[in-house]
Amino acid sequence: METAKNKTNQALFNVVLSLADSTLILSHRLSEWCGYGPVIEQDIAMSNIALDLIGEARNFYDYAAKLEGAGKTEDDYVYFRESKDYKNLLLCEQLNGDFAHTVVRQFFFDSWHIHFLDVLRNSPDETLAAIAGKSFMEVSYHIKWSSEWVIRLGDGTEKSKQKMETALEALWPFSGELMEATEDEKILIAAGILPNFEQLKTIWMEQIMSVLTRATLEVPTGKNTVQTGGKTGRHTEYLSYLLAEMQSVQRAYPGLKW
Amino acid sequence: MMTAPNRSAIWQILERVCDPEIPVITIADLGVLRDVLIHEDGEVEVIITPTYSGCPAMNMIAVEIRLALKAEGIEKVKITTQLSPAWTTDWFSEEGKQKLKQYGIAPPVDASPHVRQLFGQETGIQCPQCGSTHTQLLSQFGSTSCKALYQCQDCKEPFDYFKCHR
Repeated sequence: METAKNKTNQALFNVVLSLADSTLILSHRLSEWCGYGPVIEQDIAMSNIALDLIGEARNFYDYAAKLEGAGKTEDDYVYFRESKDYKNLLLCEQLNGDFAHTVVRQFFFDSWHIHFLDVLRNSPDETLAAIAGKSFMEVSYHIKWSSEWVIRLGDGTEKSKQKMETALEALWPFSGELMEATEDEKILIAAGILPNFEQLKTIWMEQIMSVLTRATLEVPTGKNTVQTGGKTGRHTEYLSYLLAEMQSVQRAYPGLKW
Repeated sequence: MMTAPNRSAIWQILERVCDPEIPVITIADLGVLRDVLIHEDGEVEVIITPTYSGCPAMNMIAVEIRLALKAEGIEKVKITTQLSPAWTTDWFSEEGKQKLKQYGIAPPVDASPHVRQLFGQETGIQCPQCGSTHTQLLSQFGSTSCKALYQCQDCKEPFDYFKCHR
């Protein structure tokens, strides 16, 4: 009995850290657009989404620290772990590329995020439910933004359509990881703490198809679970470069405060 | 030296703390100030809730609360951030909405589409300059997380709209 409980607690810690890492890394990628957005309104939009995501990440890190009970703070997790210890989705660490790549990455993520949080806000785990309830309302703006851009660019000019097709093909193989449960996630799904991933998969696909149809774009035909492993620490080369930049100040001056 | 702190006196002090980004409204107008608890050891616990998860004003608000209480001689203060129930613009006071409008920010309008509705925008948003409701959304995202960018189609003035959030 005691060991089963320990197993659930360990799984919960890993999953909370994974959610924190995914939202942090995507936030960081979006923040790289700050000052470089195609127009000022979109520059501001991406910075706003980044801000919401970092707020969500901080709530998850705070909860992870409580679960671990080792007196750590959010900064310990963010600044002093190596890429193999990060548990974010591979999709989140992919490069911004052109604006079409950023929009497609966001669209795949948001289409999962909104439905995931919608179920999670009724989780029997009160902290997860509170974090999800808070972020759910914010993510409703994100999904509107990314869906509108998918439609505008897909059903835009010949060039914008072609760029969207390239981005869809490039990022599709990473999208399946969103709904591919790890061993830890399976434990929490069985305990009723996390949403059922099979149902999420169906809802996600319906969302993707409905928006891509309006955008006059085709759903890529290949398997979408080709690139996975981020949630258990197997990353693409891009994450280490991101961490090197994000962690540089704390690595040089550990514990520095401002 | 102050005598044992009294809840309503403390609430009155905190009611005067302004939002650092929209200095015409207070944290009470906004609904950010949720509760004040006075513990047996005399510690004052102030419960606040963030408008948006990533709102950078929250740290500043915590500092302002400490300063306001310190000025009245209350130093044993604990600030607790509470996420649930999640903040909504329904907690905005009527007085706060009027102050926003006078300041040039359109206050939240109730008739917003459900958050799950993917398309369609909020209607009936009034230009704080000329009062026209002939206005258009420029971007869902504005100068802070809680605002969207609109433009009046009559006086042509762009303006911030405090998004209906619930």
